[in-house]
Amino acid sequence: MASVPVTKSSTAYRRRRPDWLTDVLDWIMHPVELIFVPIQRRFGTQKMAWFFVLPNLIIFAIFIMLPMLLNFYYAFTGSTNFFPQDRPFVGTSNFTTLLTCENFLQPVTCEQDIFWRAVWNTGVYVFFEVGGIVVISLITAVALNQRIKARGFFRSIFFYPVLLSPVVVALIWKWILQRDGVLNAIIVALGGERVPFLLNSEWARIWVIVVSIWAQMGFYTLILLAGLQAIPPEYYEAAQIDGASHRNTFRYITLPLLMPTMLVVLVLSLIRAVQVFDQSFALTGGGPGTATTYIVQYIYNTGFTSSSRQAGLAAAASVILAAVLMILTLTQLRLGRRTEENS
Amino acid sequence: MRTVYNFLTQTRNHYGLTRSDIATYIYLSLGTLVMAGPLVWLVLSSFKPQSQLVRFPPTLLPYQQQTVTVAGYEEPLELFNVTMDDGTVHQLAQVSRVGLEARMVDPAAPETIYKVKLDQRQPIESLNFGFDNYTRGVEAFDFWKYFRNTLGVTVFATILTLLVNSMAAFGLSKYQFKGRNLIFIIIISTLMIPLSVILIPVFLVISEVGWSNNLLGVIVPAAATPTGVFLLRQYMLTIPDELLDSARIDGASEWRIYWQIVLPLAGPALAVLAIFSVMWRWNDFLWPLIVLSRNDLFTLQVGLNSFQGEFNTQWDLVLAMTVLTLLPVTIAFAFLQRYITTGIATTGMK
Repeated sequence: MASVPVTKSSTAYRRRRPDWLTDVLDWIMHPVELIFVPIQRRFGTQKMAWFFVLPNLIIFAIFIMLPMLLNFYYAFTGSTNFFPQDRPFVGTSNFTTLLTCENFLQPVTCEQDIFWRAVWNTGVYVFFEVGGIVVISLITAVALNQRIKARGFFRSIFFYPVLLSPVVVALIWKWILQRDGVLNAIIVALGGERVPFLLNSEWARIWVIVVSIWAQMGFYTLILLAGLQAIPPEYYEAAQIDGASHRNTFRYITLPLLMPTMLVVLVLSLIRAVQVFDQSFALTGGGPGTATTYIVQYIYNTGFTSSSRQAGLAAAASVILAAVLMILTLTQLRLGRRTEENS
Repeated sequence: MRTVYNFLTQTRNHYGLTRSDIATYIYLSLGTLVMAGPLVWLVLSSFKPQSQLVRFPPTLLPYQQQTVTVAGYEEPLELFNVTMDDGTVHQLAQVSRVGLEARMVDPAAPETIYKVKLDQRQPIESLNFGFDNYTRGVEAFDFWKYFRNTLGVTVFATILTLLVNSMAAFGLSKYQFKGRNLIFIIIISTLMIPLSVILIPVFLVISEVGWSNNLLGVIVPAAATPTGVFLLRQYMLTIPDELLDSARIDGASEWRIYWQIVLPLAGPALAVLAIFSVMWRWNDFLWPLIVLSRNDLFTLQVGLNSFQGEFNTQWDLVLAMTVLTLLPVTIAFAFLQRYITTGIATTGMK
């Protein structure tokens, strides 16, 4: 009896899969079997779990775990030498250098003024970008959830920029925002003056935020849309029978039931926003001056491009960033658990 | 304000076109303009010749000045509508420009040369979707080399990711062994440690392994994605253990169980991961930027970024190359849209 499902499901699958694909897979996988069978005979079935886990684990250990540990080593050692054996232990001095400030609100008074500028830039960026994404995605998701024509078309349009790479997105907008670009043409046509959008600190900051929202909102819209569609229609029917207004239906049914999804969107976009780098790097290069230099770019600049490569400072900054991300993720898990318990 | 509120608060249970329907359509149309406008503008601009690109204010569609070959002149000459002193308008071809005057000829009778003031002539233009920018760009940018690099990285990295992640997921979901939960927790906990946080030591490790300036350094390290392991493990947990046990009774080795029973059954999850992996690798920027410093190894994204720095004013080529770079993703989206959107909606990852 138990053997029936095997043949049934595997033949059912084979029918859907083209023959050549099966052949290629057989051809690749069969030789492994020749090595595998003796090993299995030697160690037994249960031990073979390690055989499966090991390749992933080795790559993971070398390229993720080891760098994470080395990062701490770098953070507590000094000098401009890159190789670990040439770096003297300096205790927490990298952290004190980063965190020495007469007044934390004024980056000029800090020893590493660019770091604190980057911190404040990132703070402002995160606040407006995440706020914008949550609000705009919610409105768009609600709009796409209506009974309208061409819903699929609109959904694709809003989603498509998500697939574009940061460099492509940056180039598209650079072309629009440049001095002789189409946006300035519209402003001049309306009787205004040309604005050097990417050469003015305030404008550059604003546009980095706008462009990020433009490129990413489709992703969060999609998640919210899935959340909206998961709300059982019976609730709305009941509300209609009770004669609830649109406004009350939204406030007392849609919003509370969408809360868990909203939290996911909030935390995911927060985690991504804190790490902002490639978009701004390709759009403004961190400038003008340091107006759009964010924390990850500070790390990149300090560790890789500045004339004196200060790997220790960069590593210390990334430890601080990792701590922030850890707190955010733990908050997400916490909130997720609480909403699960409530529902 | 009231319409906005109605629009936000309405439900699906109504018939006919209400006021909030109209608000919805207006919002979505404006949204479409903002979302698609920049892309349309990019594509239209990429067909314009350099002379059109520097024009302010720009024209919406790509125009090209008409030219004509005139007997006695080797190069084709540009055509203009010229308002003569007596008020009549003639089509003349420009031979040369000196200061504020242009020397022009009538293509039909090229013997006489007219001297025309610059403000008397209007260029004759016609709509033109020429691929000149593209052909010149592909050469100057070395598009095919970067394309090959990117394609190689994307294909090999995706195959490796699928193989390694599915093996790990199989081991973690279908076996009981000491340390299983510990391994799983460690892998999951690094979901929150992005590359950007470990830039410096990753670079050290890659150069120690000897993979800096080697495409392997881009392919292998990110193959052990925690997201992939997590996604596949959750999916494989739903495959009943009885299937595996009965195959064992039939004498199948664990490897055979993995690739003839579990892999085919995990097909939908593998498809989602494959699509994501292709997207990640095609668009990846920071990792190749760090690993690769030799120009001939660049991927499209890194190449494009340095290209825009080098040729800051050569927008004609940069725009055309930008379009070419986003083309594969666009085609993939057109065919796999349903999988991509449901994949994101159900897993919440990107």
